[in-house]
Amino acid sequence: MFGFWEGALAVFEPDGFVLPPPSEIVGAFFDDFDRIFTGARVTGFIIVTGLIAGAIAAMVAALLVTRFRLASEIITPLAVAISAIPIIALAPIFQNWFGLVSSRPNQLIVALLVFFPIFINTTKGLSQVEASQIELMESYAASKSTIMREVRIPNALPFVFTSLKLASSLAVIAAIVAEYFGGRQDALGNLITGNAGLARYAEAWAAVLAGTIIGTILYVLVVVAERRTIPWHSSIRGTETTSGG
Amino acid sequence: MSAVEIRNVSKIFNRGRANEVHAIDDVDLAIESGEFVTLIGPSGCGKSTLLRLVASLLSPSEGAITVAGKSAEQARLDQDYGMAFQRAGLFEWRTVAKNIELPLELMGWNRADRRRRSAEMLELVKLPEFGDHHPAELSGGMQQRIAIARSLAFNPSLLLMDEPFGALDEMTREHMQTELLRIWEETATTVVFVTHSIPEAVILSNRVVVMSPRPGKISEIIPIDLGERSDDTREDPEFFKGVTRVREALRAVEGL
Repeated sequence: MFGFWEGALAVFEPDGFVLPPPSEIVGAFFDDFDRIFTGARVTGFIIVTGLIAGAIAAMVAALLVTRFRLASEIITPLAVAISAIPIIALAPIFQNWFGLVSSRPNQLIVALLVFFPIFINTTKGLSQVEASQIELMESYAASKSTIMREVRIPNALPFVFTSLKLASSLAVIAAIVAEYFGGRQDALGNLITGNAGLARYAEAWAAVLAGTIIGTILYVLVVVAERRTIPWHSSIRGTETTSGG
Repeated sequence: MSAVEIRNVSKIFNRGRANEVHAIDDVDLAIESGEFVTLIGPSGCGKSTLLRLVASLLSPSEGAITVAGKSAEQARLDQDYGMAFQRAGLFEWRTVAKNIELPLELMGWNRADRRRRSAEMLELVKLPEFGDHHPAELSGGMQQRIAIARSLAFNPSLLLMDEPFGALDEMTREHMQTELLRIWEETATTVVFVTHSIPEAVILSNRVVVMSPRPGKISEIIPIDLGERSDDTREDPEFFKGVTRVREALRAVEGL
């Protein structure tokens, strides 16, 4: 694909602002490595902390909603309301609250954006349990907490990992787009807008490449954690069945 | 003392509301210790509801149920019965052995005793080499055998089964019935078994309780005397007589 990209650009020779060839982007990536690495560290920190905070909040909310009726009546409408807000549009407002060059508003944007998919999926996993499995636990006189620990939480884990994979790429997008509006000047988002504004397109693309690398690393980390945590799940084991009665 | 005593039990769902359902009406039934009793009837006859009342997963609107001389609720809290459902309901995150050990874990057995017990139960259902497998690696029939092993793991005196073989193909089903009879004889457990298969009810039971729907009532109790079952029992004229009697009783119920 990269060969095709490189070749097509060599043949058609469009202006540089349309699309620089991969070789130039990679070149810019290494020429500008110090600034890109700093940007990746700053933005990476925002992505990871925002993702972790949003994920923990979402999972705790999902547990409360599943366990307590009252919590469900309070949290569920609130979560739905939050999901209806175009969260990224709040970036300039949050940046006014915390200061234009603070990382806080962008962390908050990331956390809010990943909250909903994780909350919805975790809640689904906690509540979509086979009815007879709950009856079985009740026949053992198991308490609600025991059922939560032994049945609902393990049942929810595959859902949690699916939502984390989704959230890991959402978090990258959220952080970089939020940085277009403000935040630390050495972050990836500012590197992209700054370079693009100065017609340094290869450098802007190199910063995008850094964002892609962060997203990929996060995704791989989630997949590794998934394999270690739920090796029993059919998506991981494959579904080989022993025949016979 | 009866293993299970159901006295004048009625169950009404959503009482007083528009969607009120009279599921069970004035049912009386005593089940002796060591007996194998089947509940059969058309859908909506309340057979599964009755089983859940005995299990104290539901509570009766009227009447009383005692299990092993205690209230059904107390029997549940004391774990006096084991239960198996149409879906094996194994937990896919636990190995087969760990699934069998689950009730023992909840009862606070130590690890060594649990291991020993699950190994014994795997022997009993003739799947000794599958302890470390995950349920998804087993066929439907094998999963159901594990579910039965799990329901018997803590040696309950009563086994409640809700159409446990309903999802199995015919050959596997017959095989499972034979296995269940063998286990029943080996463990001397009382069994209450819900089914909608006439031959299944006849081959398994000492008594077949035929129920009629709307509201669920007992319409007839048919004693079955096939003596000790063997592979030939299914071709025994007595077996066919039993099947015919149950079929006629069910036809009467459905007004056919």
